[in-house]
Amino acid sequence: MKTFIKCTLATAVLAASVTTAQAETEMVIVSWGGAYTKSQNEAYHKPYMKEHPSIKIINDDSASEGAAKLRAQAEAGKVTWDVVDVVPDAAIALCDEGLVMEIDHDKMLAAAPDGTLPSVDFGDAIISPCFIPQIVYSTTIGFRTDKVGATAPSTMSDVFDMKKYPGKRALQKSPAGNLEWALIADGVATADVYKELATEAGVARAFKKLDTIKKDVVWWTKGAQPGQLLADGEVVMASAYNGRLFAAIEENKQPVGMMWDAQVFELDGWVIPTDAPNKAEALKYVKFATDTQRLADQSKYISYGPARKSSAALVGKHATLGIDMGPHMPTAPANAKNVLFKDVNFWADNNDELAEKFEAWLAKG
Amino acid sequence: MALPLHATTGERVWHYTFLTICVLIFAFLIIPILVILPLSFNAQPYFSFTPEMLSFDPEGYSTRWYEAFFNDSNWQKAVKNSLIIAVFSTIISVSLGTLAALGLSQKEFPFKTTIMGILISPMVVPLIISAAGMFFFYARVNLLGTHIGVILAHAALATPFVVIVVTATLTGFDHSLTRAAANLGSSPSNTFFKITVPLITPGVISGALFAFITSFDEVVVVLFLGSVHQRTIPWAMFSGIREEISPTILAVATLLITFSIILLFTVELLRRRGERLRGITPH
Amino acid sequence: MASNTEALKTADGISLKVSLQRSLRRKKRNALLLVAPLFLFILVTFLFPIFDMLIRGVDNKITQEILPTTVVALAKWDPASGQLPDEDIFKAFTVDGQVAAKAKTISRLGKRLNYEKSGFSSLFRKTGRQLKKFDPEKMTTSYKENLISIDKKWGKVETGSLIHRESGRYTKSYYLTAFDLTQNSEGNIEWKDADSSIYIDLFKRTLWLSCLITFLTILFGYPIAYLLATLKAKTSNLLMILVLLPFWTSLLVRTSAWIALLQKEGVINDTLVAIGIIGDESRLSMIHNSTGTLIAMTHILLPFMILPLFSVMKTINPSYVRAARSMGATGFTAFRRVYFPNTIAGIGAGGILVFILSIGFYITPALVGGVDGTMISNFIAYHISTSLNWGLAAALGAILLSLVLVLYILYDKLVGIDNMKLG
Repeated sequence: MKTFIKCTLATAVLAASVTTAQAETEMVIVSWGGAYTKSQNEAYHKPYMKEHPSIKIINDDSASEGAAKLRAQAEAGKVTWDVVDVVPDAAIALCDEGLVMEIDHDKMLAAAPDGTLPSVDFGDAIISPCFIPQIVYSTTIGFRTDKVGATAPSTMSDVFDMKKYPGKRALQKSPAGNLEWALIADGVATADVYKELATEAGVARAFKKLDTIKKDVVWWTKGAQPGQLLADGEVVMASAYNGRLFAAIEENKQPVGMMWDAQVFELDGWVIPTDAPNKAEALKYVKFATDTQRLADQSKYISYGPARKSSAALVGKHATLGIDMGPHMPTAPANAKNVLFKDVNFWADNNDELAEKFEAWLAKG
Repeated sequence: MALPLHATTGERVWHYTFLTICVLIFAFLIIPILVILPLSFNAQPYFSFTPEMLSFDPEGYSTRWYEAFFNDSNWQKAVKNSLIIAVFSTIISVSLGTLAALGLSQKEFPFKTTIMGILISPMVVPLIISAAGMFFFYARVNLLGTHIGVILAHAALATPFVVIVVTATLTGFDHSLTRAAANLGSSPSNTFFKITVPLITPGVISGALFAFITSFDEVVVVLFLGSVHQRTIPWAMFSGIREEISPTILAVATLLITFSIILLFTVELLRRRGERLRGITPH
Repeated sequence: MASNTEALKTADGISLKVSLQRSLRRKKRNALLLVAPLFLFILVTFLFPIFDMLIRGVDNKITQEILPTTVVALAKWDPASGQLPDEDIFKAFTVDGQVAAKAKTISRLGKRLNYEKSGFSSLFRKTGRQLKKFDPEKMTTSYKENLISIDKKWGKVETGSLIHRESGRYTKSYYLTAFDLTQNSEGNIEWKDADSSIYIDLFKRTLWLSCLITFLTILFGYPIAYLLATLKAKTSNLLMILVLLPFWTSLLVRTSAWIALLQKEGVINDTLVAIGIIGDESRLSMIHNSTGTLIAMTHILLPFMILPLFSVMKTINPSYVRAARSMGATGFTAFRRVYFPNTIAGIGAGGILVFILSIGFYITPALVGGVDGTMISNFIAYHISTSLNWGLAAALGAILLSLVLVLYILYDKLVGIDNMKLG
C-alpha cells in the first residue's frame, strides 16, 4: 500500500508540474483532418510557429461537425476554439447567429504584394462579413480503377446506375451535395438544380432517386474516410474532396480514379468565434495564413486552389512529388466543364429542414 | 469433466463435439485480440495480411507504426492526458469508495440496498446519458474542457467498481478479529490500521486497478466533456478509426493489450492473496 | 425474568439496553458518516446532472425569452377561431423580432420551432434579415401586411397557432416526438406520417439487437462457463485467462480488431477467398451494418455473461448430477432436469447485465454499425452534438433511462445489488 501511495503521489507531482509548465499560448485551430490539415500544417502552422515561438498551434480535426460543436460550445457558455475552418453556408449561418465575429477584410487581412486591397483581391469569395476565404475546392466522385470494369464512370448517372456499376458507394452523410446529385442523375440540368430543390416536389424527387442506391451506400462523416473506404475496397465509388483524391492517387499511389462531372464547387475559409479564448492571436494568425504567398504555398501540398486572385500566379509544383499542380486544380479548364456551383445561401437557409428530412430518410432502413 | 470409462459411444461423440464447440468459442474470444499483434508489424498501411507477411518474409514486417506512435506528439500528449486523468480519478474514487465500502459493510447499516443502488448507478446508467447530463451541468459550473471536469466525471464512473470490489473483500471479513483486538485493549485506530487495513488492502488495490482501467478506457464522457486539450488515448483511437485507419492504431492497441495483461495478472494475484489472507480456500 | 434484564447495568450505571441502543446508534451514525462523502459526490457529480438534463425534455423558455411581448399578446388569441391574429400581435412580433434580429437570436427560435414544423428555420432567418433593415417610420402598410409581404406563411393561421402552442414555459412536444407523435394545428395528438416517424422503430431495433446479443452471449457463454466450472482448478484457472483477457482489453482495441477482421479486404474475407469458399467478387459485407454491431458487441459482452454464470455453476454440487445418473437418468435428462434448473439464476443475472449494457452501447455501433446497426444511444448523441435538439435528446434519454432502471430493479430482485461481483 505504501509503495502504491508513493507511486501515485510521484505521478501527481509530475502531473502537476507538467500542467503548470505551459507558459506558451495554445491556440486551437479546427480543421478537416488528414491530408488537408497536413497541408495547412506545412504551409501555415509551421512557418507561423517559427515566427512566433510563444504560440503553440493545436489541431482539432472536428471541422465536419464544426458549426454544431461551436453552437454547442456557445450555448454551454464555453468556447474553446480560436480559429475554425468552415464552408460558406456554415459561415453565413453562424454569422447570422452572432457566433462568429465580423471581419473588416481590408483592415484585418494582408494586402496583395502589389497593394491590391484584400476586398478586391478576394472579390466575390467574401460571401459573408464573417468569412475569411482560403481555398476553392470541389466535391467529386472517386472510384476504384480495378473494380469498375473497362469503362470508368464518367457522369453522375453512372454513379446512380447500380446495373452498370454494381458495388457499394460511399457518400457524405449530409443532404448538401447528395440531393443535387440525385436530381442531376435524374435528368435535371446543373443550372436548374436549385430551382427544382426549392420546391417540395423537387426534394421528394431527389430522395426518390437516392432511394434507388440507398441500400448500397456507406455514409461518411469525415473528409479522410472516403479515401480510406476506397483503399480498403469497402466501396467501389466514393464522393470525396478533390484534394483527398489527389492524395490517394498521386501520393499514396492507390488504384483510384477521379471523375470530373457535376462536381460541387465551393469555397472554404476561416471564421473566428466571437468568444474565442485567444481572439487577438487568432486575428494575427489569419492575417498571416491568408496572405498571397501562404495561400499559394498551400497548393504545394494539396490540389486546392487559392481563394485570392494574386496567389494564382504563384501556384507551382507539388512540394515533394514535383508534379505541376495547375491541371489538378478544380479551376483548371479541363476539369471545369460541367460544374455545379453550390448555392451557399440556399443551404444557409434550408439546411435545418433538409438535414432533418435527410436523417429521417436515413433512419428508415 | 473427464470422460468416465464406461461412457457410451454417443456420450463420447457428444463429449468431443462439446469440446470442439468450446474451442471454437474460445477462438472467437481470443483471436480478435491475437490477430492485432502481427498486423501491427505490417510494413504496408493496411489492416490485413500481405502476401509477404504470410510467407514470413522479413520485408513484410516493420516497426514503422510503433515509430510513428512514439514520434507523434499528439499520441504522446494523449498518453500523458490519459495517465493524468486516470491517476487522479483513481485517487478520488478509491478514497471515497473505500470509506463507503467500510460503512456499507457494517451490519447495522440502514437502507443498505437503496443506498448501494444509488452508489452503483454510474455503472448501470448508459454512458451516453451520463455524458449528456454531465456536459450540460459541467458547462454551467465552467468545468467543460478542463482536466478537473474529466477527472471528476471519471471518478464518478469508477467508484462503483471500487465499492463492489472492496465490499466483496469485506464480506468475507471476520469481524471477530477486530472485536478480539478491541478486547485485548487495542484502540479503534490501532485496530483499523493493524487488522482492517492489511486485510482489505488487496481488495483496495484491485478496486484501484478497476478504477484506473475504467478511466483509462473511457471515451464517451471525455468526448463530450473534453476539449482537444484533454484528448486521451481512447479518444485518439476513436477519431483515428473514424478518419484514417492506419496501423498506428494497431500498434497502440498492441501496447494496450500488453498493459491489460499486466493488469489482469496483478488483479488475479491480489484476489488469490486476499482470499488466502481471509482464510477462504479457492475451489 | 423481565425484571432481571432490566436490572442489568453497565459499569457506569446505565441500563444495558439503553447502552446497547446507544452504541448501535453510534455505529449506525459512523457507518452513515463513512458513506456520506461518496453519496454526496455521486449526488453532485452524477445524479443531479442527469436530473438536470432530463428537465430539458420539457423545458421551453426560449419562446418567452425571444418573443416576450408577443407571447403575452398571443395569449388572448384563440387559434381555433380560424382568424388571423390581430394587428397588435403582429406589431408585438415585429418589435420582438427586431430586437432579436439585432441580438442575432431570432434564428435560434426558428431552429426551435423547426423541430415542430419543417420550414420555420428558413422562415425566421428570412424574416430576421428583413426585420433588421425594417424601419417602422417608413412603413406604408399595416404590420400584418408587412410581415406577410416578407413571407406569405405569416398569413396562415397555422404559423400563429404553432407559436401560440409553443409559447408556454414547458412543452410536451419533445416527448411526443420521441414516440413519433405530433400535434396538429387543432392541438390534437396524432401519429406522425410514416416518412418522418423513426423513433419507435429505433427503440424496437435497439431492443431487438440487445435481445439478440443477449441470446448469443448465453448461447456462447453457457458451454464455456460449464467447462470452466467442471474442469480441474488448475486447467480452469488457465483457461479463465482467455475470458479475462478480452474483459480487461480496451473496448476500442477490440472494436478496431473487429474492423481488421470483418472489412471487405479484412482477415476473414481474405481467408474465405484464399480457401475458395467465396469468390473474390462476392466478398461478404460484415461491417457498416447490423452484422458488424452484432458480432463485435457479442464479443465485447461475452465475458459479462460467462463470469456470473461461472460463479453460479461453481456452487452446484456435482453429486446432484451423479445422483440423477445413478438413478438411471440419461446424461441429457440429468442435465435438463437437475443441472440446468440450478443455473437459471446465473442466466438471469448475466442476461440482465448484458441486456442493460447493450441497450446503452454507443461507441461500437458508431464505428461498425453503419446505418442499420446504430442504436438509440447513437441518436441521442446525434441530437446532442449535431442537430442540437437537446430537448429531444433529453426525452429519448429519459425513455432509455427508465428502461434501464426497470431492468436494474429486476436485477436487484433477482441477484441483489450487493451481490454484484467483478472478475
